[in-house]
Amino acid sequence: MAKRIDVSGLNAYYSSFRAIEDISMTVEPRTVTAFIGPSGCGKSTFLRTLNRMHEVTSGGRVEGKVMLDDEDLYGPGVDPVSVRREVGMVFQRPNPFPTMSIYDNVAAGLKLVGTKKKSELDDVVEKSLKGANLWNEVKDRLNKPGSGLSGGQQQRLCIARAIAVEPKVLLMDEPCSALDPISTLAIEDLIGELKERFTIVIVTHNMQQAARVSDRTAFFNLAAVGQPGKLIEIDDTARIFSNPSVQATEDYISGRFG
Amino acid sequence: MSNATLSQKRPSTLRAASLPKWFGWAVAAGSVALGLGISTVAGLDSSIQWALIAGLLFIVGTFGIAARVEGKRQAKDRVATSLVWVAFLFAVIPLASLVYETVKRGVKVLDGYFLSHSMGVVATSEPGGGIYHAILGTLEQVGLAAAISVPVGVLTAIYLVEYGRGNLAKAVTFFVDVMTGIPSIVAGLFVLSTWILVLGMGPSGFAGAMALTILMLPVVVRSTEEMLKLVPNELREASLALGVPKWRTILKVVLPTAIGGITTGVMLAVARIAGETAPVLLLVWGSNYINANPFADPQASLPMYIYLQFQQSGGSGAAYDRAWAASLTLIAFIMILNLAARGIAHWKAPKSGR
Repeated sequence: MAKRIDVSGLNAYYSSFRAIEDISMTVEPRTVTAFIGPSGCGKSTFLRTLNRMHEVTSGGRVEGKVMLDDEDLYGPGVDPVSVRREVGMVFQRPNPFPTMSIYDNVAAGLKLVGTKKKSELDDVVEKSLKGANLWNEVKDRLNKPGSGLSGGQQQRLCIARAIAVEPKVLLMDEPCSALDPISTLAIEDLIGELKERFTIVIVTHNMQQAARVSDRTAFFNLAAVGQPGKLIEIDDTARIFSNPSVQATEDYISGRFG
Repeated sequence: MSNATLSQKRPSTLRAASLPKWFGWAVAAGSVALGLGISTVAGLDSSIQWALIAGLLFIVGTFGIAARVEGKRQAKDRVATSLVWVAFLFAVIPLASLVYETVKRGVKVLDGYFLSHSMGVVATSEPGGGIYHAILGTLEQVGLAAAISVPVGVLTAIYLVEYGRGNLAKAVTFFVDVMTGIPSIVAGLFVLSTWILVLGMGPSGFAGAMALTILMLPVVVRSTEEMLKLVPNELREASLALGVPKWRTILKVVLPTAIGGITTGVMLAVARIAGETAPVLLLVWGSNYINANPFADPQASLPMYIYLQFQQSGGSGAAYDRAWAASLTLIAFIMILNLAARGIAHWKAPKSGR
């Protein structure tokens, strides 16, 4: 089910400001790719171009190609809504829908787009919550509001919501930065399991986390504030953290940045 | 041992001398007594004069004593607290006295008969009669105005918050702001000149409802806009990232999250127009008879009923009593609407579930 992402010559803009410049990379299916780099270097912006969420921001626009297997996400006639069904996303802060129950939160993607059959929804909700390692904690209170869960549980609820629509790729924008170490561990374990089914791209500021969960790591950097962010290098995680080919990567990883 | 003696000798930096709890009341009582005393001696007989003297004494006394005992910062705090309380009382006194007066005078004739009969066969100077026709008229006119302005207003607000970019949105916002300031008599004159004078339609509840719509629309747009802006962007993004189209995101995620606040805004707008007299006077004309059809012939309404009872009473006590009872009904109607709005807002508010 998982698909390959192939990016070439990608630029993203906020109005006239170029946020990222000329990025090309390949993300293999069923792998975890981590994006690291200093704040403001365009990791999140780049991540959001991969499911066309970048253009939701006012003034956001993109040039270049993002191939999902053999289809260009930015090709003519491509519907961003369909793109987002193929490429799901988990955000930095847990954001369950406050008016919906746990059940409805997980079922939201399906309910809001079509499927209404109760039995089918029940199956998907159970499968997704199990997939997000949350089923045992919430199975007795599926009709309670999702906002009553702890932060870590809410984030896993959001993951369950994202995988319920069976995307091919899962994007995660600093999914653990608002969580405590134990919840972080739970989510990292989950990422390891999800990688069997999805292509995963994760932005993180935590280098140990990148080292723990990812197969490949991409390092982004920017020359100076106001300059566009660039991809410095992408390589196997083990190599990036032991023997990176660019000096800037080594400086950043070893804390000698700037 | 030595530590204990030391800490006893050294003055605490955290604890300072403080005045007892009854201090405020004591100063208040003292300044009232002193104020009365001074007034008597000086021969001032106005209660406003001694109250002002007492108030001044209270502020000076509180500040002076507290500054001495507790320090300047605490003294300022006490004076500021008293000023806030005084402001609060000034705001509440007119409201409480208005409600008290209306209830006292209104309950005289307010009963089932009064609510279920019209003024059809009762002369204004006689006792009897009721406000059924006026309640009916108000409900229909306000209902029609709400039926027009709520959909238009909510959709406008959705456009402004979710879609509106550039000059059109700016123009709409500007005109909504201008509309907020339109005096009700001008809205009435506008409908009068187009609907009745140019198009040649007769007076009707609907004509009044159109003028009320002009008054209600900007309030609905503004309050809905504010409520939609309060919905966190993260929720919209979460929904869009699930592959939900934008219009369904607005319908199923944004609106349900804001619905409590929107309802409150709509109810407040209804409450605002339910008491309007001027446009109704120009366009609905008023009637002593029951007219259930808002699209033809004059109708009554509560605010106009009050005005007519007062104006045409010819000094009759019965008419005054009816005017007060109608006022009480109108206040009760608006209060019930407000309570209903609060109830809905509470019921629909996003739940924490803990």
